[in-house]
Amino acid sequence: MTSSFNLRNGVAAAVVIGLLLLPLFSQATGNVFLLTLFTRIVIFALAAVSLNLIMGYGGMMSFGHAAYLGIGGYAVGILAAEGFGSGFVQWPVALFASALFALVIGALSLRTRGVYFIMITLAFAQMAYYVASGLSRYGGDDGLTVYKRSTFGGLINLSNRFQFYYLCLFCLFGGIFLVWRIVNSRFGLVVQGLRANEQRMQAIGFPAARYQLACFVIAGTMCGLAGALLANNTDFISPAVMYWTRSGDLMVMVILGGMGSLFGPVVGAIVYLVLEEFLSQVTEYWAMVMGPLLLLIVLFGRGGILGLIGRFSRG
Amino acid sequence: MAEPLLRVENLVRRFGGIVATDNLSLDIAPGELHAIIGPNGAGKTTLISQLIGQLRPTAGTIRFAGEDITDLPAWKRSRLGLARSFQITSLLPNFTAADNVALAAQARDGHSFHFFANARKEKPLREAAHAALERVGLLGRADVKVSELSHGEQRELELAVALATKPQLLLLDEPMAGLGATESARMVKLLAALRQEVTIVLVEHDMNAVFALADRITVLVYGRVIASDVPAAIRTNEEVKRAYLGDQHVVTSHG
Repeated sequence: MTSSFNLRNGVAAAVVIGLLLLPLFSQATGNVFLLTLFTRIVIFALAAVSLNLIMGYGGMMSFGHAAYLGIGGYAVGILAAEGFGSGFVQWPVALFASALFALVIGALSLRTRGVYFIMITLAFAQMAYYVASGLSRYGGDDGLTVYKRSTFGGLINLSNRFQFYYLCLFCLFGGIFLVWRIVNSRFGLVVQGLRANEQRMQAIGFPAARYQLACFVIAGTMCGLAGALLANNTDFISPAVMYWTRSGDLMVMVILGGMGSLFGPVVGAIVYLVLEEFLSQVTEYWAMVMGPLLLLIVLFGRGGILGLIGRFSRG
Repeated sequence: MAEPLLRVENLVRRFGGIVATDNLSLDIAPGELHAIIGPNGAGKTTLISQLIGQLRPTAGTIRFAGEDITDLPAWKRSRLGLARSFQITSLLPNFTAADNVALAAQARDGHSFHFFANARKEKPLREAAHAALERVGLLGRADVKVSELSHGEQRELELAVALATKPQLLLLDEPMAGLGATESARMVKLLAALRQEVTIVLVEHDMNAVFALADRITVLVYGRVIASDVPAAIRTNEEVKRAYLGDQHVVTSHG
């Protein structure tokens, strides 16, 4: 038992140290691509961490989580296009818009359970996708170029590759820290209790809906931050980031790494995106390799990669 | 009799064409241990579910401590002091025994919108949990995961969770179900002690336990009350004997 925990902690520590040292390695070897890839990975890891809060800990299988990536991203893109370049304006708006969207769709979706919840969150995200496609003023289907990254009054320069990477990493670690505090708080215990047995929790005096909704809003807001980072990273935002396959990618990252574990989604994001990158270089049918691989992990690795590591070290 | 703690009047619950609760009225006096018995399918669990708020009645009213609670959701009833244990053990399996009870204490303590502080390190909650666990004799198992507790221990934990909400009225749905002879005896002893502190409604098949514990017994058949009286009167009641016909020995020989 202890040894498995140690190995899992070891993996988490290795991930943290690896991510911290990556820019130095990239600089030393002159491999710029590595840093670009991992900036993207860190941003998606933050999105996956936020999804894990509702999916892994809260049992809310949201199939529309990519919507917040788009909302956060469009908040940055639209404000930039309208001449508001300051991140002190853009980012709070991105977070607030994501929170508001989460509040509205959460309040409606959480009236349903199970497959219906999955479908209704998917439907809302697709609505957001089509709304963005219809924004002809902001590029519509073709998307919107962000000509200038968010400025923070000389505090940090987002156009500097290293500074931007570390900002993303800071947000990721901040997100993980927040989730860690939340899942061990009174609030977090209630949410996890609701996942395990909702009826039971109602019987001891907890109104289920408002706790789940609050959790849903926290996760959406956190993913909105990932969206703001994403728009700055690609200098571009388009409806495609909200497409349902993107939400699916996020779910896969969470399941792959290990639902309901703190670092699982980070491991999942790294493995998924690195595999995608390298497999797609080998063959354009990379999904044919990725698919069976995923199936194997889901079928035999209960608890994802981290769960597998835990059991492997015990056995 | 004093003002009843729980008053059920003309309660009706239909499932399609089936009437599971048929114009049922029932008073529970404060301090009593009131047993509800009846053959399988008599509507005992349906009744409990309506009392606790998991099922809406088709008609009728439920009053608790003078307040009409017919339309209140389950969690509000719990806050008023109505607690239930479940027939099918349904605690949070991946949490420890103490975590489960502490959650109930937490519910009692008001809202749980505390996002940052570690709830497992909150002393008052842990102390309340340990007190409830001690009450049911599980203190030694406080840090064991629920999935690793024995069936008997899980039933006792059910009770501890209900107790930790500091109820005025405890609705126990077959607390002896699946227990062996020694475990049953322990549970009877435990209930005999608890009844000093809290009003109890006991739904139970184990007639030894019912007749040993109850102040009054209500007999349900097809969702109707056919008798409600002290144990001695129920034992000799002709209608009750008829209702149990095939099961008659359950009332008489074991009782």
